[in-house]
Amino acid sequence: ASVSESLGNIRPWLQKVTTQAKTTDSKYFTTTRKGEIFELKAELNSERKDKRKEAVKKVIASMTVGKDVSTLFPDVVNCMQADNLELKKLVYLYLMNYAKTQPDKAIMAVNTFVRDCEDPNPLIRALAVRTIGCIRVDEITAYLCDPLRKCLKDEDPYVRKTAAVCVAKLHDIDPLLVEEQGFLDALKELLADSNPMVVANAVAAITEISDSAQTDTAADMLCWSGQLINKLLTALNECTEWGQVFILDAVANYMPTENNEAQNMIERVSPRLAHANAAVVLSAVKVIMKLLEMLDPNSDFVLSTIKKLSAPLVTLLSSEPEIQYVALRNINLIVQKRPDILKQELKVFFVKYNDPIYVKLEKLDILIRLTSAANIANVLAELKEYATEVDVDFVRKAVRAIGRCAIKVESAAERCVSTLLDLIQTKVNYVVQEAIVVIKDIFRKYPNKYESVIGTLCENLDTLDEPEARASMIWIIGEYAERIDNADELLESFLEGFADEQTAVQLQLLTSVVKLFLKRPTDTQELVQQALSLATQEADNPDLRDRGYIYWRLLSTDPAAAKQVVLAEKPLISEETDLLEPNLLDELICHIGSLASVYHKPPAAFVDGRGGGQVAKATKGLPSRLAAEAGGAAAAAAGGGDFGAGTGAPGRPAVSVIPTQESLIGDLLDIDMSGGATAAAAMAAASASTNQQPVDLLGEGLDSLLGGPAPSATSPVPPSGASAAAGGSGADSLADIFGGLGGGVGGGLGGGGGFDPPMETWLPAQKGKGLQIEGRFLRRGPQLSMELRLRNNAMQQLNGFAVQFNKNSFGLAPAQPLAMNPLAPQQSVTTLLPLNTKGPVQKMDPLLTLQVAVKNNIDIFYFACLIPMYALFTEEGDMDKRVFLSTWKDIPPENETQFNLGSYAHDADTASTMLRSFNVFTIAKRSVESTDMLYQCVKLTNGILVLAELKIVPQTNAYTLSLKSRHVEIYPGVHEAYLAVLKG
Amino acid sequence: MIGGLFVYNHKGEVLISRVYRDDIGRNAVDAFRVNVIHARQQVRSPVTNIAHTSFFHIKRSNIWICAAAKKNVNAALVFQFLYKMVEVMGNYFGKINEDNIKNNFVLIYELLDEIMDYGYPQNTDTGILKTYITQQGIKSQTKEETTKITNQVTGQIAWRREGIKYRRNELFLDVIESVNLLMSPQGQVLSAHVSGRVQMKSFLSGMPECKFGINDKIVVDSKRQEPGATSGGGNLGGGGKAGHIAIDDCQFHQCVKLSKFDTEHAISFIPPDGEFELMRYRTTKDISLPFRVIPLVREIGRTKMEVKVVVKSNFKPSLLAQKVEVRIPTPLNTSGVQVICMKGKARYKASDNAIVWKIKRMGGMKEWQLSAEIDMLSATDKAKKWTRPPISMNFEVPFAPSGFKVRYLKVFESKLNYSDHDVIKWVRYIGKSGLYETRC
Repeated sequence: ASVSESLGNIRPWLQKVTTQAKTTDSKYFTTTRKGEIFELKAELNSERKDKRKEAVKKVIASMTVGKDVSTLFPDVVNCMQADNLELKKLVYLYLMNYAKTQPDKAIMAVNTFVRDCEDPNPLIRALAVRTIGCIRVDEITAYLCDPLRKCLKDEDPYVRKTAAVCVAKLHDIDPLLVEEQGFLDALKELLADSNPMVVANAVAAITEISDSAQTDTAADMLCWSGQLINKLLTALNECTEWGQVFILDAVANYMPTENNEAQNMIERVSPRLAHANAAVVLSAVKVIMKLLEMLDPNSDFVLSTIKKLSAPLVTLLSSEPEIQYVALRNINLIVQKRPDILKQELKVFFVKYNDPIYVKLEKLDILIRLTSAANIANVLAELKEYATEVDVDFVRKAVRAIGRCAIKVESAAERCVSTLLDLIQTKVNYVVQEAIVVIKDIFRKYPNKYESVIGTLCENLDTLDEPEARASMIWIIGEYAERIDNADELLESFLEGFADEQTAVQLQLLTSVVKLFLKRPTDTQELVQQALSLATQEADNPDLRDRGYIYWRLLSTDPAAAKQVVLAEKPLISEETDLLEPNLLDELICHIGSLASVYHKPPAAFVDGRGGGQVAKATKGLPSRLAAEAGGAAAAAAGGGDFGAGTGAPGRPAVSVIPTQESLIGDLLDIDMSGGATAAAAMAAASASTNQQPVDLLGEGLDSLLGGPAPSATSPVPPSGASAAAGGSGADSLADIFGGLGGGVGGGLGGGGGFDPPMETWLPAQKGKGLQIEGRFLRRGPQLSMELRLRNNAMQQLNGFAVQFNKNSFGLAPAQPLAMNPLAPQQSVTTLLPLNTKGPVQKMDPLLTLQVAVKNNIDIFYFACLIPMYALFTEEGDMDKRVFLSTWKDIPPENETQFNLGSYAHDADTASTMLRSFNVFTIAKRSVESTDMLYQCVKLTNGILVLAELKIVPQTNAYTLSLKSRHVEIYPGVHEAYLAVLKG
Repeated sequence: MIGGLFVYNHKGEVLISRVYRDDIGRNAVDAFRVNVIHARQQVRSPVTNIAHTSFFHIKRSNIWICAAAKKNVNAALVFQFLYKMVEVMGNYFGKINEDNIKNNFVLIYELLDEIMDYGYPQNTDTGILKTYITQQGIKSQTKEETTKITNQVTGQIAWRREGIKYRRNELFLDVIESVNLLMSPQGQVLSAHVSGRVQMKSFLSGMPECKFGINDKIVVDSKRQEPGATSGGGNLGGGGKAGHIAIDDCQFHQCVKLSKFDTEHAISFIPPDGEFELMRYRTTKDISLPFRVIPLVREIGRTKMEVKVVVKSNFKPSLLAQKVEVRIPTPLNTSGVQVICMKGKARYKASDNAIVWKIKRMGGMKEWQLSAEIDMLSATDKAKKWTRPPISMNFEVPFAPSGFKVRYLKVFESKLNYSDHDVIKWVRYIGKSGLYETRC
């Protein structure tokens, strides 16, 4: 008793000390001296407790401001055993930040963690289990399982709720381990826990795990029975506000089986609409919006529910501006889905003078959506007010909104137009321009009604400097050329600066001049000729040229037809031009409250496909598979060679270079926020594996095409399961290779023509989750394309295909999106993807590697392929002899390299013709002492010139190739191309 | 869920950086600084996506508080959490500013560790947090004590601890309303609403069950048989025809049993100890607007303007409004202002570009006037347009403009021997101006 008494006396004094310490904590932020780390080290090892604590604080402060204090790791860990909880927490914080960089030393902390997990104090047990889950070091993870299992069954709810989240952490590190250890079931049991917070955290953890699940068991975690849903909805009442959000978000995934159930759920969720936390309200709205879809839209229940939704949504607009913003973005969706909900609430969307700009812009959007004939007068008065504000974006949007009102509500169109004219009179530059753009739309909606205003518009011609406004004005002049006396002069004046205009304006100008000509042919002939020649001869833009040619030919062959085409009646524009696409809208409704609803984009559009967590899974979670992949390529090459020798077939290396999926991920999505090191390492691995492939890829491929039945088809291929010679790790890859060859042959024969390379398997079905991709590169005239054959080996339909290329040496990029219909199971489709070379350029190693990502509804897949060099030879390789000669001399002699091509039956002329079809141009031919010399030139898509001297000795038919270029690194590719062509 | 939380000062220096998830790297901290804090233009959105990472931010004075996430998180939850985090920090060490944050960074880290786990918000109730995050170490606590704490943190009634005792059981209710108005120059009400809140301060022993009654139409209709034991308060102010008002929407503190409100329209709860916000509500019908502003602006040529503003008070003559202030914006190129007003003090504040007219007290049914002459420099720099911001008003009146009334608040504590009658109850009504604007 006496001790506690004296303690009672000491306490105030202690408090004083700590408050003193507190006021000086900020000093830790200021120290930036040399030798600081050294001093800290000394202090951390000090005998005195208080000194050690101060030192740890300093370390944390340094860490906060971004200094690297990882060198102090062992010293900080030494302080861990301290019985001071505050200090312990600081040390744990440090550990979480740096353990990954020092995994071997982090092990030192394990014992303390394990001991803390057994501490009698539940706060310490929870702290330990919370922290250990954040230390992403394999060695430590292994020690985590036992303590975690105990904590999941801890008597104290505080520990259990922390352990529940820890399962999600562990799943992120090692999903398989979580399944093997039965943590998923333990987590499910927690759903029935008596404590509401434990239940809420278990729900959160399960939602997360099933989101990133790699196995069916994990994915099915969220498939809940109606009974469980019922229980969770009951638990709602007792949860914290955050727990309610977790539960509501999870419940939103559940689809009731019958109407009664849905109705019952709505009834139980709707009290949440009165919660003070906006997140709870929005999540409840989400659940209700989803369930409403199931019910008869005209039933009383649905109507009354809809009525219930409006007030809480409006209330959200009196919260803080950030929440208002989130709410408004969501309301924008809700109004599109169910316009009835807020149609009476127009006034709350009136903009307040002090609203932040982001709130103002959103309100304006919704205002327009709610506009109807009944309330147009109010809205218009408001919009007029807004158009005089200061913020340029807001004013523009307001002006545009006036135009939209005119289009939406016919009865008000006249008032809108006069309002716009008033605004034009203000002469504020951007207001005028915006007004002209919308007046053009009004003309399109109500033709021949408001032409009287054209005069006013023409007065402002000089002030227009934005392309959209200029294009709109030019459109108006062309459309109403017969009413504007000086239309020809106006257009002529625009035509003077034709070259400086943007494409949209140029196109519009061309069309308008043609319209003018058709309407007033007598005095505008010169003008139209001028415009046509500008468009067809001076312009670089193919669209413009094409349009010019079409007009030209139309006008010269059949002016009457031209009139019919150019002056045809235009379809009226529709009222709502900016609605979201219905499918997207439905998807976004399911994401109410979340980021997707704020961005108005599906999650896939902004959530990084890999997400740090998934990388971790791929690299850490699947050690066995990773090993197989990394070593796989080498083993496969070797294995393939052996195999070939054994059967007498030529050694056949992998046809395509397929670096492991994991190694590509890092580089393809070039986000440098994290994992830079991983990506670099992965790339190194990838190039290492590719280097081991023999170079002669194309020749072999072509050979197999012409060599009758492919040897691989007849050779005794071991089934993919047999891990015979290559060992378990190589088996998979071996199967890929043979699959690839088989596909290649089929593709090549199907393609015909003889000059096209065979299809190569780029993505085997095992790696593509059932999607198999074969492909090849083709050049048809000037157009380079990638032919892809996609085969669906999965059990379900595949859709939503998209393709993307990583930066590559030649800037290859898809010229248009991949046009693919959904692919039914066991169906295969061949599609041609035109390519251009306007993509980002980055030198790759090997040079011709192209890394490709293909997305579908299942996942994103990565593979790499080699671009055949001849696909990059352009039409423009021809040059004058003298130029050839001088270029040849210009290139330093050390750049010259000679290759022996072997011998072929064809003579020099045949060879020249064959090569010509691949855009290898023979500039000159010379015969010296019965040896034929061909001087040839090739130009690559990126402008690199390669000059070649092909020496053919007729007696032996031996071909020798000398290459000269400023870029020697492309020689191997050119060499291969020659071989491929001469063989084919 | 949330991947990391960062706090910056106005220069963009990191004060606090707590990373919860592996997908948020160190350079995320810099990405936000470079793209948002140091961005040239004004912030156009509280949510920013930079390289597949979404940043949510709020600002308190000149401190930036930012949450980063890689996944498709619940955006409303993130912002609510940020507000809560600010509230908790405020409760611990007062104003959020650079000095306070630096001085308490260890405490802040400890709090951040507790209120969020792996990006999921946990218990954020300051009352509970204060029981075990004290910055003094808790090694000395006994087993019973810690179990009590953990039960409270995770418990059903996470907002109140057991065993509270007061000699005098007392409670205070403040009905605080803010009136928002947007009026056209012609005196037409463009929009008006009252957002009110009921602030409660309770000093009650044990675990008392409270029942709260108000004069909302629906509540009253469904509970007509309930005896109306009103506890003090004012039969004041206008509005409330037949004594009932129509509440558009209301929200409650988490202690209120929402399911019970939904089915029985009864507001029943076990209150937290001390001060908390019991409910929030919003009304738009039958609001008695305490003041009306009638502006008259006449531009005389390019360099002169005449402004006349009449303020009318529209409530019982026996009541007094306080802290009345009218702000009349003036053009940016104002060179001088002459003001004459009957009552109060009016001054031209060049720094605010406004004439500020202050009236300490103003009785009901009065009508006061101000007139001013504004001289302007001739607008040389290509007429930077003046957009005539609205005239705004501030005031405080001693009634609830919505007509909201507390009908009763009953306290039941079955285990302890004090009854409803023993509790001393106080009710106060305050009507304040929200955004109270008249366009001119």
